[in-house]
Amino acid sequence: MTTSSYYVPDSSRWPILASIGLILLAAGGGGMLNHMSAGGHGMTLPHFAFYAGALCMSYVLFRWFSNVISESMAGMYSLQMDRSFRWSMCWFIFSEVMFFAAFFGALFYVRQFAVPWLGGEGDKGVAHLLWPDFVPTWPLFNNPAGTDLPGPNQIIDPWHLPLLNTVLLISSSVTITFAHHALRAMQRGRTIFWLAFTIILGATFVYYQILEYVEAYGELGLTLDSGIYGSTFFMLTGFHGVHVTLGAFILFIMWLRICRGHFTPDQHFGFEAAAWYWHFVDMVWIGLFIFVYIL
Amino acid sequence: MLTRFRRCLISAMMMVLSPAIYAAWELNMPQGVTEVSQSVYDLHMLILWICVGIGVIVFGVMFYSIIRHRKSRGVKAAQFHESLSLELLWTAIPTVILIAMAVPATTTLINMYDPSDADIDIKITGYQWKWQYEYMGENVSFFSNLTTSDRQIHNQDEKGSNYLLEVDNRLVIPTGKKIRFLLTSNDVIHAWWVPALAVKKDAIPGYINESWTQIESPGIYRGQCTELCGVDHGFMPIVVEVVSPQDYQVWLDAQRSAAQAQSAAAQQDWSYDQLMARGEQVYASQCSACHGANGEGLGSVFPALKDSPVATTGSVERHIDIILNGVSGTAMQAFMAQLSSVDVAAVTTYERNAWGNNTGDVITPQQIVDAKQ
Amino acid sequence: MTTVTAHHDDHVHHGPAKGLMRWVLTTNHKDIGTMYLWFSFAMLLTGGCMALIIRTELFQPGLQLIEPEFFNQMTTMHGLIMVFGAIMPAFVGLANWMVPLMVGAPDMALPRMNNWSFWILPFAFGMMLLTLFSEAGAPNFGWTFYAPLSTTYAPSSVTFFILAVHMLGLSSIMGAINIVVTILNLRAPGMTLMKMPLFVWTWLITAYLLIAVMPVLAGVVTMMLMDIHFGTSFFNAAGGGDPVLFQHIFWFFGHPEVYIMILPAFGIVSQIIPVFARKPLFGYTSMVYATTSIAFLSFIVWAHHMFTVGMPLAAELFFMYATMLIAIPTGVKVFNWVATMFRGSMTFETPMLFSIAFVFLFTIGGFSGLMLSIVPADFQYHDTYFVVAHFHYVLVPGALFGILAGVYFWLPKWTGYYYNESLGKWHFWTSFIGVNITFFPMHFVGLAGMPRRVPDYALQFADFNAIASAGAYIFGFAQLIFLVLVIKAICGGKKASSSVWEGAEGLEWSIPSPAPYHTFSEPPVVK
Ligand code: HEA
Ligand code: HEA
Ligand code: HEC
Ligand code: CUA
Ligand SMILES: [Cu+2]
Repeated sequence: MTTSSYYVPDSSRWPILASIGLILLAAGGGGMLNHMSAGGHGMTLPHFAFYAGALCMSYVLFRWFSNVISESMAGMYSLQMDRSFRWSMCWFIFSEVMFFAAFFGALFYVRQFAVPWLGGEGDKGVAHLLWPDFVPTWPLFNNPAGTDLPGPNQIIDPWHLPLLNTVLLISSSVTITFAHHALRAMQRGRTIFWLAFTIILGATFVYYQILEYVEAYGELGLTLDSGIYGSTFFMLTGFHGVHVTLGAFILFIMWLRICRGHFTPDQHFGFEAAAWYWHFVDMVWIGLFIFVYIL
Repeated sequence: MLTRFRRCLISAMMMVLSPAIYAAWELNMPQGVTEVSQSVYDLHMLILWICVGIGVIVFGVMFYSIIRHRKSRGVKAAQFHESLSLELLWTAIPTVILIAMAVPATTTLINMYDPSDADIDIKITGYQWKWQYEYMGENVSFFSNLTTSDRQIHNQDEKGSNYLLEVDNRLVIPTGKKIRFLLTSNDVIHAWWVPALAVKKDAIPGYINESWTQIESPGIYRGQCTELCGVDHGFMPIVVEVVSPQDYQVWLDAQRSAAQAQSAAAQQDWSYDQLMARGEQVYASQCSACHGANGEGLGSVFPALKDSPVATTGSVERHIDIILNGVSGTAMQAFMAQLSSVDVAAVTTYERNAWGNNTGDVITPQQIVDAKQ
Repeated sequence: MTTVTAHHDDHVHHGPAKGLMRWVLTTNHKDIGTMYLWFSFAMLLTGGCMALIIRTELFQPGLQLIEPEFFNQMTTMHGLIMVFGAIMPAFVGLANWMVPLMVGAPDMALPRMNNWSFWILPFAFGMMLLTLFSEAGAPNFGWTFYAPLSTTYAPSSVTFFILAVHMLGLSSIMGAINIVVTILNLRAPGMTLMKMPLFVWTWLITAYLLIAVMPVLAGVVTMMLMDIHFGTSFFNAAGGGDPVLFQHIFWFFGHPEVYIMILPAFGIVSQIIPVFARKPLFGYTSMVYATTSIAFLSFIVWAHHMFTVGMPLAAELFFMYATMLIAIPTGVKVFNWVATMFRGSMTFETPMLFSIAFVFLFTIGGFSGLMLSIVPADFQYHDTYFVVAHFHYVLVPGALFGILAGVYFWLPKWTGYYYNESLGKWHFWTSFIGVNITFFPMHFVGLAGMPRRVPDYALQFADFNAIASAGAYIFGFAQLIFLVLVIKAICGGKKASSSVWEGAEGLEWSIPSPAPYHTFSEPPVVK
């Protein structure tokens, strides 16, 4: 065994199991959605498939990552391998950027074009003939369909919870950098502290986000089916929220690993990848705060 | 399956024998009957010939090499593999050619995009699978449906010369007037295309697209829906009839008096048999596309009406309501605007009594007039 | 033998494991490449059978074989399967096989993920195909699935379709990341970027396009899912959305997607022509720059698919000009290929025949593409068979011929045997004739006014449709010859030397034929 040459793993059963898990999730999930939209209730076969898929997927991911971690701990990964991981993570984050870009694009399009056109402004303002009573505004409180499709009564005030959340996330980006510095200086105790701090900030963010949703649904009438404002609002903040949750979970795994003595000052790519991801999620939030909440 | 094969065979024979199939070959874009369509045609020919020209040169050199520079002729390969000046040259020449194409394309487009100063506005609405034409300010509005019979489509009758391109109510417009079309849709995206006018525009639900035409020569011009819009996308043709301005006025007046006659008919008494006969016709032309010729429905999306609770045990009011107002968010559209009260009464009666539904209910036109209020 | 193995049980692998599990569990790039290629061929036959059903129905006017509802399902599934099931996986399979060999890498950068990328596909397509047998029927809204036909008015199978697209996207993104990283990080010492074979270059750029646009597709199908099941209004004007928004996002993915299906073919042809012309590729550097420009431009031309949706004039003009520009870098490539052939010493083995046909017929498809980009003319062409003719010319004798050329070119390296050259010539000539008989007449019916996606048509289109249908059968038959040829080549034949072709140069030709299970465990050095 040499560590200088590139590591090629032996055959593995995780990929095929992951594919099976995925198809169970998809086929089961699809069946569940169709059942739900047809007004059905209760457990059906698709539900079982979906949960079996979720179980299978969690098991596989857990084992697959443990596999990778033990290979890494056994020193089987060369510097070149480390570079591969870095490149992969960068490109993965780029793909996530493009995923959010699609939603931001939709938001800009409806604000710049669709809503004004429906209200009689701009190049295609004749559309107003179809919606004579519609007045375009943003945030959109009254939809073109009027009372058939009621809009929100009110929207989230950016200067309360969202502002707090912005502060939380930005500080968490700072604290994770403290953790990184500490790790590089081999101060394990401080690393554990700052990382835990970061995770708590993230969790608090998610908590407030949930509070905000409860308020939106309960009091403001701001829902997924309250027209395009609600659609873009929940799509963007919702997918962001999912990413924060996932990021916090990954950080938590990293925290566990650090507690168990993993990582060295110059070999800790797992941690760095998690940190990159966290910064990315943070950047998305700043975009959201500006374009979804404030403007 | 067997019948299907037999049908296939019979139709194959009929096709070979039928003279219609030997109609003139159409190879190129029609020149059309408007100034715009002529300039589009010219543009098309220009770019076509430019491409042919470039093709002749490029493929000429390629086939020359293929024929002359082959190993079997004992040629030894040259070794050159770079030339900056060549690369620059064959970047620059196409650029110039493209600019030469872009100029006439731009002027034509700007002209096509100017619907201002129109004499007549017509609102065109796409429905699954028919067109509605509304002469704005004239109080004239009607639907236009395919009239080619199901028997022709299924090769049981010989196909007529305007197979699939014939409708019950044509869009009638006068010569020499600039006509603005306002296109929209009631359900999915359709596209309104008449090649001879070089007008093709999408009809998008909730939005309006503008387009225009001006035709000098009377005649009949045919086109089709050109955006996939569901099962019968291939069966929603467009027929435009261009007439002199005088004939156009006569036609408009006739349309208006026909509408009056219809509302008068709603006041009359209709017998069960009359309603059933009329209902059968309405059903065949309006409803059978989705609900099947014998009310058996189609797949899981389009419900059967035969033995359906709505058309048997359910209340008459609800049945009428569905037909008049549709079921929102589904393909079941509101027929209030499309059918006269008599037609709705007839089709409701028909659905409640045909195919063994035998409820015995008779719905009068007056009931529909009331329901509309 | 320095390749280390994963588990602590100390056996070192010299060759593949035995039995079926070899294929299921493998992390070997050659095995995975082979699976991709067979899978894509199976999909080509499946999608091809659907095309034959379409062509049979269109043989004559009137409805003979199938009803309109099923016809729409066939059109949709044919498009989806060919694009996502046949062409894309075939290119990924070729990349899996050849990129590590060409850059001197021991395997792909992330071998286990590589296996996962592949094994997602059969499941995803299985789910999509099974909807054909569901009560609601398969997706019937075209491979471009425009809202609201694909949302409010869709059969319930649309949910499974959306989730299948998510799976395909995941597979493509992981596959693309793997390829990018292999190229960027695993090149042999001395192989600078500007020394890389062009197939590697085009795949690098293709993978970049994939990572950039597959997530956008995922985004738009997610919005569909929300509109269908959770009451959002993205594509619904009544709530302030816009059906055209769907098209913008879809084509932001869709146009780069069509270049994803052609750039690797450009690369393959650029490998092949110099070998059989016995002359170095003309203008290597300009080829690289041209490919890069095409990729860049592909992001700013998407709305040329939407000229008739009624965009404002300025947008129409912008997208027209941007689209026309693509003719320039593509032209540079075509001219370079021709210049490579010029004054070469050519022989015409099957890979070369397919490459020449590629240059010839792809360019014809490119010309019709250019015509489509001229907005006023596109008003007449749009959604007619002229468009169908255009894209089959760039996809069938374009992408597919590129793939076939590559398979012939590299088959001896994979199997260790030469394929049967006369069968190859039969395959080529029947394909070449068949493809032109099928798709050339479509230009005429399109110009004469036949819309696409219709199960029945007016009588004046009958003759050319009959001809096209006959051509489709010839072309389909040709692919059976290919199947026989490949099987024969696997079973035996004339032994191939390590360089296989006279005039072949590069790392992939320095190793024995068939390529050993593990190659370049120690990186070679490129001078
Ligand atoms: C491999 C796939 C592929 C490729 C490479 C291309 C290449 C091109 N395509 Fe095509 N296209 C498709 C696949 C592809 N297309 C598909 C699948 C559709 C339909 C989708 C659907 O609706 O279902 C489509 C549809 C489509 C449309 C929409 C038509 C419509 O629906 O109305 C347009 C419009 O502009 C277009 C344009 C072009 C152009 C300008 C190129 C250019 O890249 C071509 C450039 C090449 C050349 C021009 C030839 C070589 C150049 C020279 C020899 C130099 C000199 C030449 C000149 C100066 C003229 N394509
Ligand atoms: C990506 C690649 C690709 C490829 C390779 C093909 C290949 C073919 N396509 Fe393709 N086609 C598309 C992509 C492709 N297509 C797309 C994207 C659409 C648009 C869909 C939409 O509108 O939504 C489309 C639409 C489309 C239409 C228009 C449908 C419509 O508008 O309603 C037609 C019609 O003729 C057609 C025909 C064919 C034919 C005859 C082939 C042939 O080349 C196929 C040849 C292959 C075989 C025939 C299979 C191999 C042989 C066997 C299995 C053995 C059995 C054979 C015999 C016994 C003879 N295609
Ligand atoms: C474009 C397709 C289409 C056409 C044309 C159409 N329908 Fe329908 N119809 C539907 C669909 C889809 C439904 C189911 C709506 C739902 O999901 O509740 C429906 C439902 C109905 C129902 C309720 C049936 C039930 O069991 O719930 C009646 C009654 C009905 N249609 C009558 C008619 C009549 C009368 C006509 C012609 C004048 C007609 N339809 C034309 C698509 C159509
Ligand atoms: Cu209406 Cu197609
Ligand atoms: Cu395109």
